[in-house]
Amino acid sequence: MDFILNFWVEFGAWVGDLLASWGLPEWAVNLIADFAGVLILLVMGIMAVLIFTPMERKVVARMQDRPGPNRVWPYGLLQALADAIKMLTKEDIVPRNADRALHLLAPLLVAIPALLVFAVLPWGPGLIGQDLNVGILYIVAIGAIHVLAIVIAGWGSNNKYALLSAFRVVNQLLAYEIPMVLCILTVILFARTMSTQGIVEAQTIPYFVVTPVAGMIFLVCALAEANRSPVDLIEADSEMVAGYMVEYSGMKFAMFFIAEYVNMFAVAIVIATLFLGGWKFFGLEDLAPVLTPIIVFVKAVFVIFCMLWFRATFPRLRFDHLVGFAWKFLVPLSLVNLMLGALVVKLTENLWGQAGLMLLGNVVMVAVTAFILNRAARRVREAPALKRIVAVER
Amino acid sequence: MQVPLSWYLVVAAALFCIGLYGALSRRNAIAVLMGVELMLNSVNVNLLAFWRHVEAVAGTLSGQVFAIIVITVAAAEAAVGLALVIAVYRNRRTVDVEDVDLMKF
Amino acid sequence: MNFPQVVFIIASAIALGGAVGVVTTRNLFRAALFLVLSFVGVVGLFVLLEAELLAMIQLLVYVGAISILIIFAIMLSQRLMSSEFRAQNEQWLMALVTAVILFGLLLVVLLRVNWPTSPAEVPSDAISLLGQALVSPDQFVLVFEVASVLLLVALVGAVIIARER
Repeated sequence: MDFILNFWVEFGAWVGDLLASWGLPEWAVNLIADFAGVLILLVMGIMAVLIFTPMERKVVARMQDRPGPNRVWPYGLLQALADAIKMLTKEDIVPRNADRALHLLAPLLVAIPALLVFAVLPWGPGLIGQDLNVGILYIVAIGAIHVLAIVIAGWGSNNKYALLSAFRVVNQLLAYEIPMVLCILTVILFARTMSTQGIVEAQTIPYFVVTPVAGMIFLVCALAEANRSPVDLIEADSEMVAGYMVEYSGMKFAMFFIAEYVNMFAVAIVIATLFLGGWKFFGLEDLAPVLTPIIVFVKAVFVIFCMLWFRATFPRLRFDHLVGFAWKFLVPLSLVNLMLGALVVKLTENLWGQAGLMLLGNVVMVAVTAFILNRAARRVREAPALKRIVAVER
Repeated sequence: MQVPLSWYLVVAAALFCIGLYGALSRRNAIAVLMGVELMLNSVNVNLLAFWRHVEAVAGTLSGQVFAIIVITVAAAEAAVGLALVIAVYRNRRTVDVEDVDLMKF
Repeated sequence: MNFPQVVFIIASAIALGGAVGVVTTRNLFRAALFLVLSFVGVVGLFVLLEAELLAMIQLLVYVGAISILIIFAIMLSQRLMSSEFRAQNEQWLMALVTAVILFGLLLVVLLRVNWPTSPAEVPSDAISLLGQALVSPDQFVLVFEVASVLLLVALVGAVIIARER
């Protein structure tokens, strides 16, 4: 029974003993175990594409009162396989004056950081790729590499619209990176550690309850970092014609696609780790530690469902509204939240006290923000017509 | 400790000399700035190698703090330097360091 | 030749290879990408030196911000392919000689000195010690504040210098 309950850890130990009993030296056992772990994480990342592509299309379709893809297998669940076959059989075109090396490098550079994030995500008490003690900073740094990859994709296409779209994407990503980092800092203030495993273990109360403002800001910034609607101006079909991906076809385009979905999955797990309690679920993880990866997966699916819900519901934001929203609204709000968090952490050591004070402070912040926005909106609404147009444009 | 200190210092010296060659011999102003960034990186490697091998036992962290400040200064200098390059390009339509010679005697 | 030495050789090969690529290639965009490769090699060296926070900061600041700044500056100041101009200016030979002589001198000095080394371990809570060092009044708070003022001045200055008239 104990073997079943602690299944993952026991399984890893059993495989290690099996390899050692075959007479392999110590370093070979470690090497094989490391490779197996890397392979499992990679497969899990790619599985995200297989599961979430049909899920996205079905969920968005049902919200729009239509059935969605339902030809491939019952209920259209293997649609991702059909998409993969379609993309594999397309011709690979490289524009004439484009730099071939850069044109090839960009899809790789977009896909690789998305997969690297899986190394520090905790799936259970002992189940983590590598418990870096700067885990969260590693995730932010990998997001910064993603920005560079998009610039290379835009430049390597030798197409000025792709380049323009790449500039816009970089603008959006850099603008939304700052509130994201500030919200992560708020969580680190409470957890007192930067390692992802440490943050999960410090969450006796999920941090979404402690500081909901940081959770919501992080969700919005994660949407923007993953280029999802309602901030997907860059890659929407009716906008810049797929933006920086316009000159890519076949497997390279598939790589961009895969990178986007893997990114979305990784970001959902990061949100589950930072704000929803990770692999903890009201004590279930003490009774049956085998269930912890499933708990993490369920939370990530819930977050992804919220992201798809946003996609189906909200209209797209115009680009200057998007960037203005990040710089003028989210950055001051998350800075105030950070200062409030620092104050609360110094005032009391008890976690329940901290949570209560922080929640109260967040409610006050939201009320003040709503009041200020209400007054500004009223001023715009009651202005004469010409001033109103000019004011809204600004 | 399995990698001796002198190895790190040799790599840092090599990086510094390559950056020096790049800063002195290129025509494009941005390429000169890239050489300067290489030199600053080599200084960081040097500082952290000395921190790890000499200072870490005492528990002091001045090597790491120094390296953080060097990264900060490098970022500030890259920003201002590239702004200058863009301003020069806008006025003179060239980024060739041999063409910006109005103050030569 | 144990495992950290192998990793050290790989990381420094990446760093030095990227650096050589920066100073020799004619295409400026590829030079920027080689620079990014060199930065990634240096990140590997930092991780070997057990300064993980510095490694992540290097990745975030250099690869994530300064490289993008350099690439944008290249794009904003790009003339039609400068393949007919030489990439090196007229003093490249002297620069090469200087660099080689400097490297030779440094090599001689570095390999002859008997460096002190201590076999001690890095303290396990180095990150929180670093955080406290940066803000405690008897350590480095003044340096920290001056660095933030410097960043503010650089930010404002860069925006003003590069502004459209």
